[in-house]
Amino acid sequence: MLKMTPLNQAHRDMNAKMVDFGGWDMPLHYGSQLEEHHKVRQDAGMFDVSHMLPVDIKGDDVRGFLRQLLANNVDKLKLPGKALYTCMLNPQGGIIDDLIVYFLSESWFRIVVNAGTAEKDTAWIQKQRDSIAPNLEITPRRDLAMIAVQGPNARAKVWQVIPGSQAATENLKLFQSVVLDQYFIARTGYTGEDGFEIILPAEDATKFWQALHAAGVYPAGLGARDTLRLEAGMNLYGQDMDESTSPLESGLGWTVDLKSERDFIGKQSLQATPVTKQLVGLVLIDRGVLRGHQTVVSEHEGTEYQGEITSGGFSPTINQSVALARVASQVSLDDEVNVLVRDKKLRAKVVKYPFVRNGKALV
Amino acid sequence: MSIPTDLKYTDSHEWVKSESDGTVTIGVTHHAQELLGDMVFVELPQVGRELAQKEECAVAESVKAAADIYAPISGEVTEINSELESEPEKINQDAYSAWLFKLKPTNASELDGLLDAAGYQTRLENEDH
Repeated sequence: MLKMTPLNQAHRDMNAKMVDFGGWDMPLHYGSQLEEHHKVRQDAGMFDVSHMLPVDIKGDDVRGFLRQLLANNVDKLKLPGKALYTCMLNPQGGIIDDLIVYFLSESWFRIVVNAGTAEKDTAWIQKQRDSIAPNLEITPRRDLAMIAVQGPNARAKVWQVIPGSQAATENLKLFQSVVLDQYFIARTGYTGEDGFEIILPAEDATKFWQALHAAGVYPAGLGARDTLRLEAGMNLYGQDMDESTSPLESGLGWTVDLKSERDFIGKQSLQATPVTKQLVGLVLIDRGVLRGHQTVVSEHEGTEYQGEITSGGFSPTINQSVALARVASQVSLDDEVNVLVRDKKLRAKVVKYPFVRNGKALV
Repeated sequence: MSIPTDLKYTDSHEWVKSESDGTVTIGVTHHAQELLGDMVFVELPQVGRELAQKEECAVAESVKAAADIYAPISGEVTEINSELESEPEKINQDAYSAWLFKLKPTNASELDGLLDAAGYQTRLENEDH
């Protein structure tokens, strides 16, 4: 039996093509994935991301607990409402999950974790809680729904729908959030566009979804979500990284705080293990489409190295295929590499990613 | 969408049209494009290539996946629809007019072994169960 979000019927009413996504019955698209992609880049689209799980952590000194649990440093969170992107590592330095942590007060932090890892994450966090901070209360919030509204016009359309939201959120910077009545509104996302991720009670979700639609926000499915996040150069857990890869090999070194004195789970392994691989962006020079798991061949001073595409696809904004690939550290920007596609070797260029930000191609 | 009755079909979702000059025109079915979603890339065989029946000879890639296309019958490739290289979305717009390539059959009797519209309809219904 597939799990369903509170918006399942709403998707069906909009003629969504539903698919099994890691045990969840989710919309792949509502007709055309490409059209949904462009709507988000040019106007405003909405995604049901209620399969993801908010987890509230409450009690005395939550911050002290998260300093040890998370690889990024929660001491960067000074203003209430501020959010931080981080990995949660195992003692070997492998990534258990990537998540966003919101600082609401010293006695209340909220994290939002991936759907596929939600149970594993919760069990891990509870286990760490038991040994580090047994008095903290950890509450998975399956009673909540989550809708991402993304695109250049996303915020203005949300303002039309939630009374008082313009005044409450107009001055929010990126990675800041606010609680307004039953809505938790964060200026975050997974598309490379401006917008909000909004958490609200499950029972209010359908009405809110329909009101957004009436305000001209287009429903967008998981297909568009994937091409948008790939263009935005954002990692997907389980594809670009997992428990066997470290953040330093996953393009996430910037989220790991190794400078402070602070100890966190996985830190020692990260410091002790040499980094031999890196995540790079690829743009295909030849015609074709890059896909996950294709082999990337590069050459340096007579030695051949093999890497692998972790996420690949067609970029609707650039109109070319792009990919994220894990390759040898020797590979540098602007190198030309070969990708093995069926019986062919296609040429690709190593580029800095994101590929697209705020509607504009960067490569 | 109804399945045109003047065409023949394969289990692997290609359609085949017999032309008056003895060649056959080949494309993918409406059902196939629906399964694949928005098309973004098409790789077609070389003109002049000799294909055996059921040989992999073209690739259609959508936003979602790559799908191999097989020669419905044996023959020599006489023409390709190179328009699809720049406009693969034409397959989504009308799968039965966006043809991929034409063949001069080696053995025209192979056509008799293909499905007719009713047979293809049955094939699709069985797939749903």
